[in-house]
Amino acid sequence: MSTAISAQTKWWGGGKSPFNVEYGKLMMWYFLMSDSFTFGAFLIAYGTARFSANSWPDPNEVFNTFPFAPEGMHAPLVFVSIMTFILILSSVTMVLAVQAGHHNNKQGVIKNLIYTIIGGFAFLGCQAWEWTHLFHEGAWWGSNPFLNADGTQGTVNFTNFFFTITGFHGFHVFTGVIINIIMLIMALNNTFEKRGHYLMIEKAGLYWHFVDLVWVFVFTCFYLI
Amino acid sequence: MSNEAILHANMGSAHATHDDHHEHHQETFITKYIFSQDHKTISKQFLITGMVWAVIGGLMSVLFRFQLGFPDDSLPWLEDLLGKWWAAGGHITAQGYYALVTIHGTVLVFFVLTAGLSGTFANLLIPLQIGARDMASPLLNMLSYWFFFIAGIVMLSSIFVETGPFSGGWTAYPPLSALGDTSPGSKTGMDLWIISMALFVVSSLLSGLNYIATVLNMRTKGMSMTRLPLTIWALFFTAVVGVLSFPVLLSGFILLIFDRNFGTSFYLSDIFLSATGTALPNEGGSAILFQHLFWFLGHPEVYIIILPAMGIVSEILSINSRKPIFGYIAMVGSMFAITALSFIVWAHHMFVTGLNPFLGSIFTLFTLLIALPSAIKVFNWLTTLWRGSIRFTPAMLFAIGFVSVFISGGLTGLWLGNSALDIHLHDTYFNIAHFHLVMGVASILAMFAGVYHWFPKMYGRRMNVTLGYIHFWITIIGAYLIFWPMHYEGLAGMPRRYYDYSIWESFKQFSDLNKFISIVVFITFSTQILFLINFFYSIWNGRKETSENPHGATTLEWTTPINPGHGNWVGEIPEVHRWAYDYSKDGKDFIMQTTPIGADEKEEKH
Repeated sequence: MSTAISAQTKWWGGGKSPFNVEYGKLMMWYFLMSDSFTFGAFLIAYGTARFSANSWPDPNEVFNTFPFAPEGMHAPLVFVSIMTFILILSSVTMVLAVQAGHHNNKQGVIKNLIYTIIGGFAFLGCQAWEWTHLFHEGAWWGSNPFLNADGTQGTVNFTNFFFTITGFHGFHVFTGVIINIIMLIMALNNTFEKRGHYLMIEKAGLYWHFVDLVWVFVFTCFYLI
Repeated sequence: MSNEAILHANMGSAHATHDDHHEHHQETFITKYIFSQDHKTISKQFLITGMVWAVIGGLMSVLFRFQLGFPDDSLPWLEDLLGKWWAAGGHITAQGYYALVTIHGTVLVFFVLTAGLSGTFANLLIPLQIGARDMASPLLNMLSYWFFFIAGIVMLSSIFVETGPFSGGWTAYPPLSALGDTSPGSKTGMDLWIISMALFVVSSLLSGLNYIATVLNMRTKGMSMTRLPLTIWALFFTAVVGVLSFPVLLSGFILLIFDRNFGTSFYLSDIFLSATGTALPNEGGSAILFQHLFWFLGHPEVYIIILPAMGIVSEILSINSRKPIFGYIAMVGSMFAITALSFIVWAHHMFVTGLNPFLGSIFTLFTLLIALPSAIKVFNWLTTLWRGSIRFTPAMLFAIGFVSVFISGGLTGLWLGNSALDIHLHDTYFNIAHFHLVMGVASILAMFAGVYHWFPKMYGRRMNVTLGYIHFWITIIGAYLIFWPMHYEGLAGMPRRYYDYSIWESFKQFSDLNKFISIVVFITFSTQILFLINFFYSIWNGRKETSENPHGATTLEWTTPINPGHGNWVGEIPEVHRWAYDYSKDGKDFIMQTTPIGADEKEEKH
């Protein structure tokens, strides 16, 4: 968007896009706003349930291991930190893909999209492992084996909300990976070359960053507090 | 990339063919009428589907009004028609009654007054009035309709399920909506209900995003935001409200689906089920949580219903008074205020569900604040009419009727919005009277006004005026005769959603009144058939429109050919030079938006 624009341009006067974006990007922004309300509603629902409970399981006790960890090792939040790091790295590669798109650098777009897709799959794989692990410990929708921090019987809402919300987020990540794969195929087929711009990558990037941002909140709510 | 390129990038190759309008591109029946991407066709699809649902939903009210007015009478042919489940022995059964009121509410609120109203007029008017060839994304626009259509099919199919459709009220409160064992309708009927509503949320999201992007991005040259007709402002705010409130409902539904099918207890706690004689293991959930999530959509939803109506009415009142709309900026500002306030008043639906009374007082404050923008709008409509040269066309009558019922229905909102008075009035017929007048009847009247007014644009023909007058007078008188008496019933404490009032000593006194209301319902409903006949007859046989601008209006849709093709304008899209309300200015009856400001003319600043 590097067109010289005079200060007198009447952005809202009609005949042009007031935000200097094409419609798809505008729709993406509004969609993300809408989707943030979906997650907001989930997290607020979680907050009310947790607030009205007498006690709640301690995340340091629940999430305290990682794959191939030595028996009896206590490693609170190590694995989820790795997951989060992977997701944030994938955001970085997404930024690089978008930037390469600005320079119409096809190879750069393809390379960084592949990194992003790998990052997405790695995150989903981690989540799958964590879910399986928790399931083997007896946690699932409707059953919670973990005791509350004060030693009393834990509420099932802990696992109910955990699986529902991280599952909903995981579904978003999965959708994002699919979108990125479609972007990759389109880039490989020179679709964007022919169009002369890589705007679609930007829109996919917006979605991907949003999914990352949501994870920050989900991570905070379930693992940190 | 330049802004020009940005604007036109999205029109793709379709745009190129529109500019070359003489070239007749191949259109089959399917691409033209079924999977059409033309906003005008999609608008008609929404309108006619909405009409089908209005008939179904209206017919349901006729059936349960028969039960309410004549609880002792039976119509044996009803059982032949509807079957034993609904009408054993010609009586509407209790389960049938609850199913009827539930589906009546759902259908009217979502399918008729949301999709039918916004879908019709946003699709028709946004591109035509802002000067665009089509919606930002015609494809998503088409998908939006078809999601709505499938949602309708799923809802319709739930009526034919063995255990009946959902029957726990349109608000779908748990535990009735969460536990299949609580009532017949809570089984498959509820599954279908929730699937249908989820599809509907998708539909409304797709269309809402499209409306927003189109209004912001695709206005023609010179069409600044403050030159937009009020219809567009209204539809824009409606879309914003929808995009921000429906997702919360979706979250609520997702948690409900988990409670129904996956053994969670988000909304359930400490339940003993007498139907099966079991105590349920669910603990820790809260039914009030669902109510919060539901009403966070549910309240903005009523503004999704009323805002387009307000826009349509503003436009029609101004045109048919031959006067500029009074207080244009105040109108936009008050719609903005309504939009903003709509998100912070939801708990006034929950004053008596165990809400903290202190919280109730805050929600009372915000709720009563809505009276301000609403009153501003009402006074602006009245002052627009004041000393105008009024043309009493059917559309104008319906628009004035809207203002009337909006006032009489809105004033009772001040009673209900007060958390103390609500203790007495909640869940009574007073409430039914209030919301049916202020959003139900008002929006339906505005929808009729819009149909009568824009019919020439939609079909290139006129509807019959005499039938329009008959339709209007019976509808408005009927609406008042139906809902006005309900205020008294409600003040006397008559609760809503009861199957038979005649067995209650305290409500027996109303049996004649209920009979009267039911008879008026039958008459008013039959009159709507008159409208349907008028509408469908006129599509093919109405008087042919001969003028491009039959109402002498200023807005852009009347600069298109009488039967505009896909792309709306032949040749260039016109440029706009003034606001939409230059009526009776400088000795001229009206000045089109496309007319440049004259040398010695002062532009209307607002």
